[in-house]
Amino acid sequence: MKKIEAIIKPFKLDDVKDALAKAGVQGLTVTEVKGFGRQKGHTELYRGAEYVVDFLPKVKVEIVLDEAKVAQVTEVIEKAARTGSIGDGKIFVLPIDEALRIRTGERGGNAV
Amino acid sequence: MMELAKRTCGVLLLASVLAPALASVARAEDAPSLPAYFTATNADAEKPTWPDPTGAASGVWATPAGDGKGDVPSGLALGDVYDRVVHNLFAINYVWALVTGFLVMFMQAGFMFVETGLCRAKNAAHTSAMNFMIYPLGCIAFWAYGFALGWGNWWNGPVPPGWYPSLGPGLSVLNSGVGLGGDGTNSVFTYGLFGTKGFFLTSAVNDTAVMVLFFFMMVFMDTTATIPTGVMAERWAWKNFLIYGLWVALPYCIYANWLWGGGWLAQGGINWGLGHGAVDFAGSGVVHGMGGIIGLAGGMVLGPRIGKYDSKGKPHALPGHNVPMVVLGTFILAFGWFGFNPGSTLAGTDLRISFIVVNTLLASITAAIGAHVALSFKGLKPDPSMLCNGMLAGLVAITAPCAFVNPVGAAIIGFIAGLLVVFSVFFFERVGVDDVVGAISVHGTNGLWGVLSVGIFATGEYGAGWNGVVREEMVKMYGSDGVRGLLYGDFSQFIMQSIDCIVLAVFGFVMAYVWFKVSNLITPIRVSAETELEGLDGPEMGAHGYPDFQIHPGQAH
Repeated sequence: MKKIEAIIKPFKLDDVKDALAKAGVQGLTVTEVKGFGRQKGHTELYRGAEYVVDFLPKVKVEIVLDEAKVAQVTEVIEKAARTGSIGDGKIFVLPIDEALRIRTGERGGNAV
Repeated sequence: MMELAKRTCGVLLLASVLAPALASVARAEDAPSLPAYFTATNADAEKPTWPDPTGAASGVWATPAGDGKGDVPSGLALGDVYDRVVHNLFAINYVWALVTGFLVMFMQAGFMFVETGLCRAKNAAHTSAMNFMIYPLGCIAFWAYGFALGWGNWWNGPVPPGWYPSLGPGLSVLNSGVGLGGDGTNSVFTYGLFGTKGFFLTSAVNDTAVMVLFFFMMVFMDTTATIPTGVMAERWAWKNFLIYGLWVALPYCIYANWLWGGGWLAQGGINWGLGHGAVDFAGSGVVHGMGGIIGLAGGMVLGPRIGKYDSKGKPHALPGHNVPMVVLGTFILAFGWFGFNPGSTLAGTDLRISFIVVNTLLASITAAIGAHVALSFKGLKPDPSMLCNGMLAGLVAITAPCAFVNPVGAAIIGFIAGLLVVFSVFFFERVGVDDVVGAISVHGTNGLWGVLSVGIFATGEYGAGWNGVVREEMVKMYGSDGVRGLLYGDFSQFIMQSIDCIVLAVFGFVMAYVWFKVSNLITPIRVSAETELEGLDGPEMGAHGYPDFQIHPGQAH
């Protein structure tokens, strides 16, 4: 089992969600996060004082799935989330030790 | 119809009828005797006297006819008709003063929205609670001692009036005070200082007209009281705020007495020949200037918020959490100002109210535009909170001159206010005074600008006899002696307004600075660093503004 963590631009969430559904991904978790890579932020002036907006809003999508599907799903996310401009985000793949479905108690591959 | 008695009018802010007036004070014996409700005494033993707690002394209700004569025209003498007409005249003025007072009361909500929107979410409950609690605290202090100090001697200043004020002669019970150069009674003074009648509104002042005045002046005082809560938000300890709420009536009412209650600033015209004495129609200085200056003193004693300035003194932005709230609050305040300014005639029968409304409107909008112009000129984006501050600055600035200027003058005053507030906000930010909402700039800076602008732009068309001043030369040149600024031929008014500004700034600042320092010894004025960083909602109030943004174990959802 692997976990895919994709940090994407917030307005791309719907495109990514639809593309994942078409690719047969059954479940995902979404969090609102802030961050920056090489994109950095910008400076505003609020009532005479500088206001550095370093951290930009992003959305993190987490999916746990079978190792065999990882390559296909990462490509799906990449295509759906790309705009070509700076700040598109990143995708990480992590190993998962264990998974459990709370309702039935199933473990392993049957849990995802 | 009033072509008879020409008298020198001594009624301050509340003269509802312009009268032709002589240069000299006419004695009561010279003129034909008027009905009782035009004088402060009642010669007819049958009729009730003042204080009048039911209105029975002020003419007769037209419907139902209280004197048993009915409304059949053939049964009514001219005196009966007069009774009814004057009663209704008073009634129009009462309704006007009370309803505009309701609008001013609603400004408390406007202040709450503006200040809460400009503070961070973690302080929302505390900031809104300060704006809530100041209303009962200020009111109870005003009832207990403030009204008496400010208006206890209202009837006698600057000179005892020759005829009725807009709300009726019941106000004649406000006739006791303290001052310098008295005539031996405790009423008439050369330099009035403060009043001494009306504490807790006990029976000596239980008159229907006094109640109107009390209510109207009370909601004005609460406007001043709530201004410093904006400057001092996000680090002001609740207990210290509570005792402030009980104290703020003191500087407000003493200064208000000097300007509106018959005190020495208003008497500057008859004592020193400076224009009509200090003139401030609805309170740019009395209300807003005082609020801003108290806020300045408080902000200085309190110190800036943690994280506001870096080690080199460069300011950081601590943006507010709800911009739409600020805009809503600004509209509520702008709406309330349509009570604040025209209501200060205390007379719906004074048709000048329409000019006052238009002047208020024009100043508010040119100020908002002026703020935008100032921001664009500095190459900055149009920060909505600054645009809102702009409109409010214009409203503050027009509050003193609103009755005395023409629409063009009002528009200019407003536009300058809009420019001023932007530069003032940047100034105070730079010199290290952390003003969360810009109240020092909106109310302090532009309060003073409003007071000065009377001395510049007043046209002389309105305000004849203001503060007891009627100058022969003016009457000869212009036909009447209205309030007149330097652009229209009276430089002495500008001098008096400048003196007023200096007195306000010094008195207000010293009183407030001493108070905040002393209060800090009674209970600390500032919360601990821990509390400030966590947010004042939980530690000070025991309640969060937005509890859903916390994780609460044991919650059902």
